Amino acid sequence: MTDYVWLIPLFPALGFLINGLIGRWWRLNKTFVSWVACSALGLSFLFSILVFIGLLRLPPESRVAIPDKVLFDWIVSGGLKTVIGYKVDPLSIVMALVVTGVSFFIHVYSVGYMHEDPGFTRYFSYLNLFVFMMLNLVLANNFLLMFVGWEGVGLCSYLLIGFWFERDAPANAGKKAFVVNRIGDFGFLLGMFLIFSKLGTLTFDGVFSKAHLLDPVTVTLITLLLFTGATGKSAQLPLYVWLPDAMEGPTPVSSLIHAATMVTAGVYMVARCHVLYEMAPLSMAVVATVGALTAMYAASMALVQVDFKRILAYSTISQLGYMFLAVGVGAFSAGIFHLMTHAFFKGLLFLGAGSVMHALAGELDIRKMGALRKKMPVTFWTFLLATLAIAGVPGFSGFFSKDEILWNAFSSPQGHFLLWLIGFITAGMTAFYMFRLCFMAFCGDYRGDKEVWHHAHESPPVMTVPMVVLAVLSVIGGYVGVPAILGGANHFHHFLAPVFGVHEGGGHEAALRLLPLAWAGEAAGEGGHGSAALELFMMVLSVVMAFAGIYLAYALYLKRPDLPKALAQGYPRAYRVLFNKYYVDEIYQFLFVDSCKRLGTILWRQFDEAVVDRTVNLVAAVMRVLGGGLRLLQTGFVQDYALGIILGAVIVMLFLL
Amino acid sequence: MELFKVDVLGRDFLAVAQELVLLSFALGVLLLGVILKGDRRRYTGYVALFGYVLAFLPLLGAIGRGYEAFSGMVVLDPFSLFFKVLILVVGFLVVLLSLDYTSREGIAFGEYYALVLLASAGMMLMAGAAHLVTLFLGLEIMSIAIYALAGIMREDARSVEAAFKYFLLGAFASGFLLYGMALTYASTGALHLREIEGVLAQKAWLTSFPLVLVGLGLLLVGFGFKLALVPFHMWTPDVYEGAPTSITAFMATGVKAAAFAGLLRVFFTALPALEGHWRELLWVLAVATMTLGNLVALRQEDVKRMLAYSSIAHAGYIMVGFVAATELGRAAVLFYLFAYAFMNIGAFAVVALLGRRGAPNTLLEDYAGVGFKHPLLAVAMAVFLFSLAGVPPTAGFMAKFYVFSAAVKAGYYWLAVLGVLNSAVAAYYYLRVMVYMYFREPKEGLQTGYPSFAGAVAILIALWGVFQLGIMPSDFLALAQRSVQVF
Repeated sequence: MTDYVWLIPLFPALGFLINGLIGRWWRLNKTFVSWVACSALGLSFLFSILVFIGLLRLPPESRVAIPDKVLFDWIVSGGLKTVIGYKVDPLSIVMALVVTGVSFFIHVYSVGYMHEDPGFTRYFSYLNLFVFMMLNLVLANNFLLMFVGWEGVGLCSYLLIGFWFERDAPANAGKKAFVVNRIGDFGFLLGMFLIFSKLGTLTFDGVFSKAHLLDPVTVTLITLLLFTGATGKSAQLPLYVWLPDAMEGPTPVSSLIHAATMVTAGVYMVARCHVLYEMAPLSMAVVATVGALTAMYAASMALVQVDFKRILAYSTISQLGYMFLAVGVGAFSAGIFHLMTHAFFKGLLFLGAGSVMHALAGELDIRKMGALRKKMPVTFWTFLLATLAIAGVPGFSGFFSKDEILWNAFSSPQGHFLLWLIGFITAGMTAFYMFRLCFMAFCGDYRGDKEVWHHAHESPPVMTVPMVVLAVLSVIGGYVGVPAILGGANHFHHFLAPVFGVHEGGGHEAALRLLPLAWAGEAAGEGGHGSAALELFMMVLSVVMAFAGIYLAYALYLKRPDLPKALAQGYPRAYRVLFNKYYVDEIYQFLFVDSCKRLGTILWRQFDEAVVDRTVNLVAAVMRVLGGGLRLLQTGFVQDYALGIILGAVIVMLFLL
Repeated sequence: MELFKVDVLGRDFLAVAQELVLLSFALGVLLLGVILKGDRRRYTGYVALFGYVLAFLPLLGAIGRGYEAFSGMVVLDPFSLFFKVLILVVGFLVVLLSLDYTSREGIAFGEYYALVLLASAGMMLMAGAAHLVTLFLGLEIMSIAIYALAGIMREDARSVEAAFKYFLLGAFASGFLLYGMALTYASTGALHLREIEGVLAQKAWLTSFPLVLVGLGLLLVGFGFKLALVPFHMWTPDVYEGAPTSITAFMATGVKAAAFAGLLRVFFTALPALEGHWRELLWVLAVATMTLGNLVALRQEDVKRMLAYSSIAHAGYIMVGFVAATELGRAAVLFYLFAYAFMNIGAFAVVALLGRRGAPNTLLEDYAGVGFKHPLLAVAMAVFLFSLAGVPPTAGFMAKFYVFSAAVKAGYYWLAVLGVLNSAVAAYYYLRVMVYMYFREPKEGLQTGYPSFAGAVAILIALWGVFQLGIMPSDFLALAQRSVQVF
């Protein structure tokens, strides 16, 4: 059954072709377009499930040994042989399931959300194209095809951020996303070139089986270059700046591309290349540190923002930081686990945002909201469930995945107490800003325009049903990975174990080594159960942290709504720095954009116009004169032509004899 | 010698079965053209189309075999089959393109299609020739049919002029070719290609014997004329411009492919011993051909004439692979010819469809604003022009890539450099058409476009070919490589 893997990306491609090529000329009606787009995803999801079932039937160790499904040779040139081929293993199939599943529900939601938009057909063809590209990214069996998907999703992201290109803001945001991503992609390309030049192959199996031939410096360089690509695509420090702006796109796009799927591509890539990363401890440390710092940094900005979607955007950056923290400390399956649960609850949060915008005529300022729970109960309840999940409240999906990351950050051999501490504090901040958002939007009193309130309404079922589905997943999605400490079997971890090997996640001894002395003594005193007790203890700690954050949000925004303003006035400088996002956009503008422009102007005036253009024009003029001269030979008289042949014959003879 | 011992129903006829199918359809179409009256004569075109499809059938039995038939007059091998398929594809597309074009121009007679079929049969005979006489026979069957086709628009002075010029000069060039064959026979005593090779290999002194070299030179002049190599190219622009557009496409792709098949056969089967003599000479001819073709094309104001010069330049690029003379080089020649067939027929098809009766609309100015008036045709034209210019991911790019990389691998760095520089020059005149199509306001009152379903199908097939060879070239290159292993 795993042989059918190539059908998974096929259906969205067909959907794209149908809607994209003939949609406009044949003026297909919206019902037809949405059926094509959604059923393409539905079939794709169905085949993902079938392949998944096929995989489950195999014994665990042979799940990673399935031969790649090679469709055809793509580029054959000298030593380079690249195929269009797909890889089926637990990792790729988990990604395919998440991508097709979440995409399917967001497609359905979009039918309602985009219904009045004149670009309806264009929207769905882009969306199908995106899924096709994303599936190529996660199913590819070689770096080059993965890069095609990587660039393809970047293109779709650009097209969809700038979907309403008539307005300046979306067009500029799209451009920014594209340019920033290109910087990262450059790193990815260089990493790929380095792999090919050292190993002569680009297939994953080939590269990873020969990886031991690489020397430590090369492998560190490769992994760092690849990670540069990941910082662009997955919005990590320092290339995260495009993601908040990307919120100019339609909200389902933010949900699908900029929360659930595309931005997690970097995490997937690092996990896919875990063989290389494990050989490069320095790169691992860089990944973990960048991840942890990004998590906290982005969370701090989310604390004071007032734009509904931007808060979610910063939250996404922060959660992606968690995932990199996980893969950086070698807890690859924990990272993928969080990737999955995050896809559910963050996708849902954005759908909730879309639903609110739908009700409030596009309003995004949370200061002008409040009490929406009375008008839109479904949106409120699903949003609340997702908020509980992201805040890490026990029993919800986010709790299991986040806790696994925190525990690994602490206990894994590559982990460190400081990494854990950053993650731990960030968890509290996450709970705080998410509940701040939830309380300000849905509870308390309505603070916006009366007219808008009057028209506010719950969204139609085509939008709420996908939200409910994702809400259910946000709640139960974590139960596939309940850790052993809570009596679970952690199926998720065991399912992925053949991919990542069995060595990860077991660093209890290391935990003891890293432990501050007081705890170490306590834990050691309890003998063999020490680390289990410790794990439980830390779990309780993070739960306490989450509740503290929630309580703080409750205290500040529901009980004493006047306090936040007082706080902001009490610490004006800190508030301004946070509110203006550390002025990073301005700094980048000054350092890179403006200086590049200045350099460009100089080159343009002094070099391009003065030297290059004149040379080119000169060459062109010479060619034109030559062409005109030679044209005169063409007299039109057949005698002259015959003479030409004879002269040619004479020249040939002279040459030969 | 067992002369003319023919195995009537078996091997011998299988070797020429495809030619026979075309020949019988040619005769059938000719008769049908007499029986049918008036407008119904255009049905002969559909019969011809069916003939081309039917001519693919003998392939089933012939693939993978290799033997000489009719006492060594013709040969059935992967090389001949490759070219026969190419010629059938070209013929099929040309007839498809002609269906509505000929009705429009009032030349939809049985003769037209009969001549196209005959010319195709002649081309195939050239590709399967194992003997100089068969080669010449094929060449003349092809040429005479083409002379007549070039002048088939009897009321159009330019068409008649084209036919006249082509016929006079073609007869002249055939003389050179025949004389070259005669001298080769005189010096080696053989006309069978492998026998000539055997004689030259045995008697090494012959390879610098003046009579042999003069024979080689005369053969080259004869082929050079059909291939429109500089300086034997002068007839090309006039003839290509004057002939009906569908026939121009046929000449630029089919005739050129057949002539290259003959040239490859003669030079690599019979005359490899003289390689030292002809390689440097062909180097010069290749550079002269592509440079002159491209430079003069820069100044053309008529798209058909521009494409004529472009076709001269492309023959130069193809010669680059020939000069490399390695297996990759020869395979690249075959690949290039196929790629060129798709993109060139496609471009001419668009040119044909943009015209009307009495108003061919082939001037560059007539293309102003076509991008908005006929968006689909313009997009197709843009693809073909990009492919001709050698832009990925089209067939033209891969073809150039293989040809030039063969030259580099054979050590001809300068040849490759000159080829690439030439491609850069060529981009100008291809892009110029696109500038007119998309950035100029349409001329007032100019009527363009002639709806044609068959023409659209031809364009779609050509588009498919351009992308198929451009995106997934490796299988096809492998096929071409297997085909040239006969040498």
